[in-house]
Amino acid sequence: MTMPLIANIYRLGIKELWSLARDPIMLILIVYTFTGSIYVAATAMPETLHKAPIAIVDEDASPLSARIVSAFYPPHFTSPAMIPPAAVDPGMDAGNYTFALDIPPNFQRDVLAGKSPGIQLNVDATRMSQAFIGSSYIQKMVLDEVDDFAQRYSGSAAPPVGLALRVRFNPNLEQAWFGALMEIINNVTMLSIILTGAALIREREHGTIEHLLVMPVTPGEIMLAKIWSMGLVVLVAATAALELIVRGALHVPIEGSVPLFLAGAALDLFATTSLGIFMATLARSMPQFGMLAILVLLPLQMLSGGITPRESMPGVVQDLMEGAPTTHFVAVGQAILFRGAGLDVVWPQFLFLAAIGTVFFFISLIRFRKVISQMG
Amino acid sequence: MTPGLPQGAAPGFARATSDPAAVASLSDVTLRYGKSVALDGVTLDIPAGRMVGLIGPDGVGKSSLLSLLAGARAVQRGRVHVLGGDMASAGHRNRVCPNIAYMPQGLGKNLYPTLSVEENLQFFGRVFGHNAAERRLRIDELTRSTGLYPFLSRPVGKLSGGMKQKLGLCCALIHDPQLLILDEPTTGVDPLARAQFWDLIARIRMQSPGMSVIVATAYMDEAQRFDWLVAMSDGRVLATGTPQELLARAGCTSLEAAFIALLPEKQRRAHHPVTMTPLADGANAEVAIEAKDLTMRFGDFVAVDHVSFSIRRGEIFGFIGSNGCGKSTTMKMLTGLLPASEGHAWLLGKEVDPKDMATRQRVGYMSQAFSLYSELTVHQNLVLHARLFRMPQAEIAHRVDEMVARFGLEEALDSLPASLPLGVRQRLSLAVAMVHRPDLLILDEPTSGVDPIARDGFWQLMIDLARKDRVTIFISTHFMNEAERCDRISLMHAGRVLVNDVPAELIRKRGADTLEQAFISYLKEAAGDAVGPAPDPAPAATRPLVAATRPRCRFSFGRAWSYTLRETLELRRDPVRATLALLGTAILMFIVGYGISMDVEDLSYAVLDRDQTGLSQNYALNLSGSRYFIEQAPIKDYADLDQRMRAGKLALAIEIPAGFARDLERGKPVQVGAWVDGAMPQRGETAVGYVQGMHLGWMLDMAVHRLGQTLGLGTATIETRFRYNPDVRSMPAMVPAVIPLLLLMIPAMLAALSVVREKELGSIINLYVTPVTPSEFLLGKQLPYVVLAMFNFLLMTVMAITVFGVPVKGSFLTLTAAALLYVMFSTGVGLFASTFTRSQIAAIFATMIGTMIPAIQYAGMINPVSSLEGFGAVIGNIYPATHFLTISRGVFSKALDYSGLHASFWPLLLSVPVTLGLSIALLKKQDT
Repeated sequence: MTMPLIANIYRLGIKELWSLARDPIMLILIVYTFTGSIYVAATAMPETLHKAPIAIVDEDASPLSARIVSAFYPPHFTSPAMIPPAAVDPGMDAGNYTFALDIPPNFQRDVLAGKSPGIQLNVDATRMSQAFIGSSYIQKMVLDEVDDFAQRYSGSAAPPVGLALRVRFNPNLEQAWFGALMEIINNVTMLSIILTGAALIREREHGTIEHLLVMPVTPGEIMLAKIWSMGLVVLVAATAALELIVRGALHVPIEGSVPLFLAGAALDLFATTSLGIFMATLARSMPQFGMLAILVLLPLQMLSGGITPRESMPGVVQDLMEGAPTTHFVAVGQAILFRGAGLDVVWPQFLFLAAIGTVFFFISLIRFRKVISQMG
Repeated sequence: MTPGLPQGAAPGFARATSDPAAVASLSDVTLRYGKSVALDGVTLDIPAGRMVGLIGPDGVGKSSLLSLLAGARAVQRGRVHVLGGDMASAGHRNRVCPNIAYMPQGLGKNLYPTLSVEENLQFFGRVFGHNAAERRLRIDELTRSTGLYPFLSRPVGKLSGGMKQKLGLCCALIHDPQLLILDEPTTGVDPLARAQFWDLIARIRMQSPGMSVIVATAYMDEAQRFDWLVAMSDGRVLATGTPQELLARAGCTSLEAAFIALLPEKQRRAHHPVTMTPLADGANAEVAIEAKDLTMRFGDFVAVDHVSFSIRRGEIFGFIGSNGCGKSTTMKMLTGLLPASEGHAWLLGKEVDPKDMATRQRVGYMSQAFSLYSELTVHQNLVLHARLFRMPQAEIAHRVDEMVARFGLEEALDSLPASLPLGVRQRLSLAVAMVHRPDLLILDEPTSGVDPIARDGFWQLMIDLARKDRVTIFISTHFMNEAERCDRISLMHAGRVLVNDVPAELIRKRGADTLEQAFISYLKEAAGDAVGPAPDPAPAATRPLVAATRPRCRFSFGRAWSYTLRETLELRRDPVRATLALLGTAILMFIVGYGISMDVEDLSYAVLDRDQTGLSQNYALNLSGSRYFIEQAPIKDYADLDQRMRAGKLALAIEIPAGFARDLERGKPVQVGAWVDGAMPQRGETAVGYVQGMHLGWMLDMAVHRLGQTLGLGTATIETRFRYNPDVRSMPAMVPAVIPLLLLMIPAMLAALSVVREKELGSIINLYVTPVTPSEFLLGKQLPYVVLAMFNFLLMTVMAITVFGVPVKGSFLTLTAAALLYVMFSTGVGLFASTFTRSQIAAIFATMIGTMIPAIQYAGMINPVSSLEGFGAVIGNIYPATHFLTISRGVFSKALDYSGLHASFWPLLLSVPVTLGLSIALLKKQDT
């Protein structure tokens, strides 16, 4: 019984591969998502503070104010736009500047007089990512400049306790490293769900599934065939992307073991392809599946920790996302590729992925026959 | 006016026509699909005002010829003249297409299954520019005369095949065409409906004598009644002339024989008349299929009502009945595809069980719908099925060759099924059903659309199988000459078996001449008058004249509106889709709005305290008091530190060196070590900032309290004003950003699928053959999705205000206007994606790539566009989502109105004509 089972799974999987090979548009899209799309996404991702648009109103026009102005230059900031006070509001409203620094008249004189004058920093707080980090950065820069300037006149001691701050795993905090990996993970998820789920819906709409079910082929074999074949396609594409784009074109150093990462990716693919099949048993037509895909893919992309840190999400969301394969895959990817973690570290995520995949697989299996007959 | 013909009279037989002019002429027309040649230098004049039949085996180019005449397919080589002009010219096609009606092959392929009969007709009426009164008149008249009037409100998907074809005809006739093109209109239709169909055509021709009709058919008895015939073979014309002329030329008495006689020598030799061998009578014969009280209910509808029969081994058992009478459902129950609501069935002595693999291996099934893999070649399909049925590997190649030879598939071996004509596909399905030498064959209308030669060959095969190999065959069919070849037949009607007997016995019982007459009489008896309410024979004298001189403008709002109405109806018939669109928006807004938080909090950290003094503990305490950090168990050593950071358990590790307090007291320089996890750069950056701030704060604190120093005022202070969102909360920043994202993805997806779906399911043909232009088609289909998206927009705005407490501070009108432009763009993106994709999967994928990635990453949702680099920055600057995001945030958070945001309106305004223009330019008005 096991021999024909494996043979059937193998043959049906080969059939899936042929189907894909005969859809040139799909092939082009797959190639694009794993090459061009990743490259563009990685190179577009700014450093956390990159070319932050800043405007300066210099009402003092003193050597000190000039010194402050000259402290801002790319790549962290744009070359500051020197604007009159009246231009601050419209410029910020239009979103031209995230920051507007207002140096008041007589600033240098007041500093030297020890009056501790104030500088006003306007921040567009709707741009969360820049507003937060940028404002503390600017504060530090401005104060350093002012202190330096004041010291030349007074002089003071070095701080008593030094802080030796080192950033591990990505010493320069380059966004491109992270961006490229997240893009691969997002594309793996999107592609695997669409390839299996939509392909199953299409088979239902065309009646070919029905035909399979009168043959000595079980729903489990049909599902496993889809999982291995489409999983393989995505895995090969992801490997190529990792080697050619991430390592080759983007020169991102990879700390950990690539085979281990691919093993994680394979487990993730088992989970996402099963999820895709499960979604296909819920939807009754392709437009419904399309809606469902958005409903599932968007949260998977945005809440699995790839875009914003998971720790800062509400507890409910964190708990719910434990059930999503991407959450664990993002963790696996970061741990292995950047932190060089081994299986001893990532095994809980591997277990989670396997468990999630198994659950979706068996729910789909139960629904499969019932749903197929409804369609006929 | 001539009264309606008496029942059974040969419709339109040899009508004298005084007009010899050609309605269409082809000269040296060649058409290729890839490498295969469908038409090979065809030169032909088709006389006007006649009923012209196109006959020939499958795959000789009949359908290709008709689609060229209808303008549905682009001319490749040669000249095609129809109604006095060249069909290669778009101008001429536009002029004449209101005068041509085209009914493509396949049951109801150009109809919309979720719409009712009335709605389908209304749609076609509108497309041809009829006003409401005219439509009513025409619809009533057409449906009365076809007997569809009582079913006006029934969805097309629930009509029988015969009714679908009648409706297809009504839709074709609604605009009084001068040329009616029918591609195998009666294939797959039962005899009663077939007879009614031809009566109808005859009546219509009586009313409009100038009309030319061109029909492709596989039924020779139908062709016998036509005025003029074109016999085709292998993409060439064999002969033309009246049926009498063809008969005379071939020296035969029947057209079927004449056609075979006219074939080239090689093909003719392949044909042999069917020889019947009677079933050996055996009372002890074992039973192969047994059904007892099989019943199937779908809700209230009883599809199959207590059907019982038993079929002996080696018997050919026919299932005859009109479409939708329950034949297919019964067969599906026997195969285990559908669980029976009631009753039992046994196959080969075992009760039907979907899990029983051993029985499945002995059964071959062919379903009515073509159900082979269109992405695999003919050869691949055969091999795959042989393997799935677990044939020994060594036998497969031989068996496949045998099937290929037996079913004449040699030339199609490496073709994809989609490029094959219907008849060849049917043969392939049959070959696939038999490849594993089953003991039992269940065949659901296997010969629909198969030409006479192939049918005879097929039957000879069946008879041989049944008699020699004792294979049991359970077959459903519409062909009466096939029914006569069965050992026994069942007549089914409305889910019940009317009668069950040997064909000859049925004819005798009814006192009829032929089985067809017997069948019709049984049907009429069973149905009373419900089947076909006597069609209204009196044609309306008030029939308006052909409206061919209707003023034509380049863009017709009426036609676009007809598509809008239809799309809206389809959307309403699929409430799940609309609900998912609305509910999905709400759910996603909820998830993303709450879930995404740019605040970096609760970072886990741990301390490696090598000093263990009060001062070092004080330093550590300083961190644990912060809301940004959560303390974990202390670090034991470097190995522990490394392991825990690699596992991602620590975002920050602090090392306080031994002698920290002592050195500090002595004024020696000391250093605290801090490691930050930079795997996620943004989080790392924030953590770096926090640590620096904490460190500085602690030192100040130390200086003041411990060392007793009093620090003067700083050199300067910085007053930071967080504008628009003073608390720097994520919600007011993210909620206005989620709206553009969702307003892009969902409408784009819906719009893309609405077009590609028509491509995949075939109704796109209406764009090819009606006066609808691509712009009318796309704009008409876009409108309902724009409206739906605006509902989405309002829903999200209300949610933003009520659920998330993010008020609209600026001008709501500005926001709404921008949203309207934006959804026109986003639906346009969907339409654009639909123009270059053919499958729905590719459309979903293309839409996802075209919307989700740029909207999340380049539109300024997380990172401002001005900070992007490279190609991403280019996308970010031109992508309209960026500009709508600016407007959304401007109105929600910055209390702005149009005057502050007008710069962002221009790109939006520009994006609408660009996407639509591209889509319209790329959407083809003809199949290529």
